[in-house]
Amino acid sequence: MAQGDGIGKPNGEAKEKRIVRTLTRSDLAEAVHRRVGTPRADSAKYVEMVLEEIFQHIVAGEDVKLSSFGAFTVRAKKERMGRNPKTGDGAQISARLVVAFKPSNVLRAKINGG
Amino acid sequence: MIKSELIQRIARRNGHLYQRDVETIVSTILDEITSALARGDRVELRGFGAFSVKRRDARTGRNPRTGAQVSVQEKSVPFFKTGKEMRERLNENYHG
Repeated sequence: MAQGDGIGKPNGEAKEKRIVRTLTRSDLAEAVHRRVGTPRADSAKYVEMVLEEIFQHIVAGEDVKLSSFGAFTVRAKKERMGRNPKTGDGAQISARLVVAFKPSNVLRAKINGG
Repeated sequence: MIKSELIQRIARRNGHLYQRDVETIVSTILDEITSALARGDRVELRGFGAFSVKRRDARTGRNPRTGAQVSVQEKSVPFFKTGKEMRERLNENYHG
């Protein structure tokens, strides 16, 4: 696989100098508005609806699989001893549920210029 | 839930939209996140979570089957950090 030939590809020296932009819901709504042609206010509503639907399934403990993007899975973590990194004190970390995102091979490839 | 079920659910709640448009809406959102990450940008969705890209340096790995050494080139991997609201809602009634 060729390295370092992609435009804006985050590797090597170019990465250090590049300013990382942060996109938000409004960027997603703008993209929907442009591609689907729905009014801006409606587009924002649709983005929220899609995120809300995914959110509700995850917090209900259900896996969400979005083909060619990735899968959100909910995992149970056991109680364990941790450490406060600032003070070095030991602290009990309670059992909890965590969300793991497993990127699809398509997403992985695109991020590496594929 | 898989993507087609997500599309069906959104379509059912929006009778005025064609299913085809809902498909485009969902894929536009996912494509937009994908291209942001491909550019090395982040996507922050308050309450939901944030997508970013982490760089993994080149390393010498091993073929787990044969034990042979292989060089692994540096690469970037997508990363998702769960949002505060999602984390809290998920653990509201969970005590292990």
